[in-house]
Amino acid sequence: MCLRQSVGWLILIFVLLPVLVAAAPLAERQALESGLTLLVASRRALPIVTIRVTVQAGSLWEPEGRAGLAYLTASLLTRGTTSRTAAQIDEAVDFIGASLSSGADRDSSDLDLTVLKKDLPIGLELLADVLLHPAFQEGEIARKVREIKAALRKRQEDPGEVALEAFNELVFGRHPYGRPLEGTDASLSAITRNDIVRFYRDYYTPERTIITVVGDVESKEIAGQLRALLKPWPKGTVTVERAGQPNPLQGGALVKKIDRSVTQASIILGHQGMRRDNPDFYAVTVMNYILGGGGSSSRLVERIREQKGWAYDVHSYFYPGLERGAFQVGLQTKNENAGPAVGEVLREVRRIRDQGVTDQELADAKAYLTGSFPLRLDTNSKLAGLISTVEYYKLGLDYADRYRTLIEAITKEEILRVARAYLTPDRYVLVVVADQARASLPE
Amino acid sequence: MVTVANRQTGRHLVRWAIPAAIVLFLLLATGGFAGPQITTRVKESVLENGLRVLLLEEHKAPVVTVHVWYRVGARNEQPGVTGLSHFLEHMMFKGTSKLGPGQFSKTVQKNGGRDNAFTSDDYTGYFETFASDRVELALELEADRMRGLLLDPKEVESEKKVVMEERRLRTDDDPVSALQEAMGAAAFQVHPYRQPVIGWMSDLQGLMREDLVRHYNTYYVPNNAVLIVVGDFNSGELLPKIRHHFGGIPRGQEPPRVRAVEPVQRGERRLVLRKEAELPFVYMGYHVPDLKHPDNFALEVLAYILSGGKSARIYKRVVYEKQLALFAGGGYDRESIDPNLFYFYASVMPEKTAREVEQALTAEIERLKSEPVPDRELEKAKNQIEAGFLFGQDSVFNLARQLAEYEIVAGWRVWEAYVPGIRAVKADDLQRVAKAYLTPDSRTVAVLIPTKTER
Repeated sequence: MCLRQSVGWLILIFVLLPVLVAAAPLAERQALESGLTLLVASRRALPIVTIRVTVQAGSLWEPEGRAGLAYLTASLLTRGTTSRTAAQIDEAVDFIGASLSSGADRDSSDLDLTVLKKDLPIGLELLADVLLHPAFQEGEIARKVREIKAALRKRQEDPGEVALEAFNELVFGRHPYGRPLEGTDASLSAITRNDIVRFYRDYYTPERTIITVVGDVESKEIAGQLRALLKPWPKGTVTVERAGQPNPLQGGALVKKIDRSVTQASIILGHQGMRRDNPDFYAVTVMNYILGGGGSSSRLVERIREQKGWAYDVHSYFYPGLERGAFQVGLQTKNENAGPAVGEVLREVRRIRDQGVTDQELADAKAYLTGSFPLRLDTNSKLAGLISTVEYYKLGLDYADRYRTLIEAITKEEILRVARAYLTPDRYVLVVVADQARASLPE
Repeated sequence: MVTVANRQTGRHLVRWAIPAAIVLFLLLATGGFAGPQITTRVKESVLENGLRVLLLEEHKAPVVTVHVWYRVGARNEQPGVTGLSHFLEHMMFKGTSKLGPGQFSKTVQKNGGRDNAFTSDDYTGYFETFASDRVELALELEADRMRGLLLDPKEVESEKKVVMEERRLRTDDDPVSALQEAMGAAAFQVHPYRQPVIGWMSDLQGLMREDLVRHYNTYYVPNNAVLIVVGDFNSGELLPKIRHHFGGIPRGQEPPRVRAVEPVQRGERRLVLRKEAELPFVYMGYHVPDLKHPDNFALEVLAYILSGGKSARIYKRVVYEKQLALFAGGGYDRESIDPNLFYFYASVMPEKTAREVEQALTAEIERLKSEPVPDRELEKAKNQIEAGFLFGQDSVFNLARQLAEYEIVAGWRVWEAYVPGIRAVKADDLQRVAKAYLTPDSRTVAVLIPTKTER
């Protein structure tokens, strides 16, 4: 396709003007006596408050054979405390128009509260209660397990989810990153109340917890309120362990075809990627933006969507965590195009490893990544999310400024180096969920 | 983890697969309302060519969002050429006489901005969100593509394939979306709301460049558009720039009005969709008036009584207590140009039947007619709506979207009536509207029956 490069009519000064990024730290940090970390960012434009509690209790800490324990434990926090039933919690939360929800991810578990400023005392009381005194009542456990099992079954209706589950299993094997966060039928059946109580006791402790508060609050005041409410929370007493790094993939291509009555093939191709604390994260971010992370500015979209018309969605991303997360390219295309589309993906991955990127691509990627940073913190909930991530992965509260510097410093040579180091087009997992009789996949 | 279907599911197509947070936001943030403090700050102007401009300064974050919405959607389409508005939305990114195909979004991104677009029954909306110093670029880009689109035949053919892939992804391989599409086509027999926004696959195959050109020339004129800017800017400085970029675009002919009126439904309609799936799904839709009718406030409160959170009646009874559904809820298509539906949905739990779930949902509806809603429950629903309003103001994108949607469906000032309207709702209003509109004769019930292919 012939791309017209006549953008000269655009006012060039736009490209040259610096974008203002807050020079102040993202939040004010306080360490409470219990070991809990509190981060507060006052935003007083609206009378609302957002609180995110992040606990080091993701699936990485699950014992062998108990897949889904972290998710189940987190989900049960709001399902009853020693003094409130689940229905009473729901009623109290809804009556003040608030939201209170909990869930687990692979690296952490989270509890989120959004509440009007005028109802903050009630909101904090509920938050503290579900965090400190969950009942884990047998009836609620059974109910939640039934729900999760049904949801796992329903997920099989979604070809993209089927592909992702198979992909993670092949890329990470028995490592927690390789299994569904919610567990499996078998692992859920094996989990006892005792497992949940022990998981909660060992991992939900103040020194493993970060609380981020964003909104219409004053730092000293909210710290005082939280200190008082969380006073009875005991420090942890046992040494905890978590899964280490996943075993690397063996050589060659590992291909899995899953047959379904679908009109479209769901394709995921990739391998293990990197940890979040890897200093190459920033070069990889720029590289991946150009490869497939940058929406319509990316090579994969240009080739597969714009030129070929083969897919509505094609993307690539790295998903770095406390351990090496995945690198993956995903797309959906009609069954008949599956084979050629995989060929194009591999071609683009090889091309960026062989030839690197152009000056223009590098400049455009940097301009987007640095220039769009203010859009990542333009609401309270986005800001709370970013602050907790920054603290959890120890990125420093000057991250907004440092991010800009780190991205600006990336060179073409570094892009080429990280493309060669972190993309392996000869050693990958390929999963295709499709009507295999129609999908033209090579054996 | 549990998917929650909501009021705009499947009727609202976004050009790019976007992060889950934004999707959730689009789905949840539609019911909010603005009190006087917001609407009194909106500055309205109409350019000589008919372009309506709404400006709202919000200086809490250094960002600006620019929206251009056109008064055209699936509602304006004829049988045989469905999907045209959405297809044209895609083509708006594929080149003008000044800017090559694909360059629109690239230009936005290299300036640190994000852009996207969406099509619904009633409108087609475009937006760019930038750090505040780039606002003029968005104006320049939107003014250019309002009348400068090329619709290159090669690009049309290529993008048509992309849209067909989008349909496969969103509808054909998603049993719940397919069910929703089938229900819409049964609930409406005359009005174009029966047509899917993305279009029937056979229509998409036949769409031609000439169809797009005609649609573009008919509807993409300044007098059929609204420009909304919300965020960190100065109105006094921005308005002259808006005039500079848009003022020279000539006014077009007034687009034709949609004259179809859905007749009163006289008798329940039922349909079954058999498709490969794991769990049955139930959808029910009742014909109700839109926001221009005085009963809209009571219907909106009713939606919260039934489905506003985990303490609301449907979740509490059908999901939590009876454990008949994996998830369930209801909603009111209030912000709609023509009367639309009050709907209910439920994903049936394994070992339970669609029939049991349908009966449980119906029982909740009947209870609204026979027993008045207690005061505290009514107060809770109003509290939720009020809080949702404030939470919704946190995002400039959401404010712009609300303004645009109100402007298109009824005029943006209608937004002002919402707070007092909701506050005035009484328990007997709820009972009255439940009896008046949630009647078996005016409903359509659609059931997904899973099939399993041996493979």
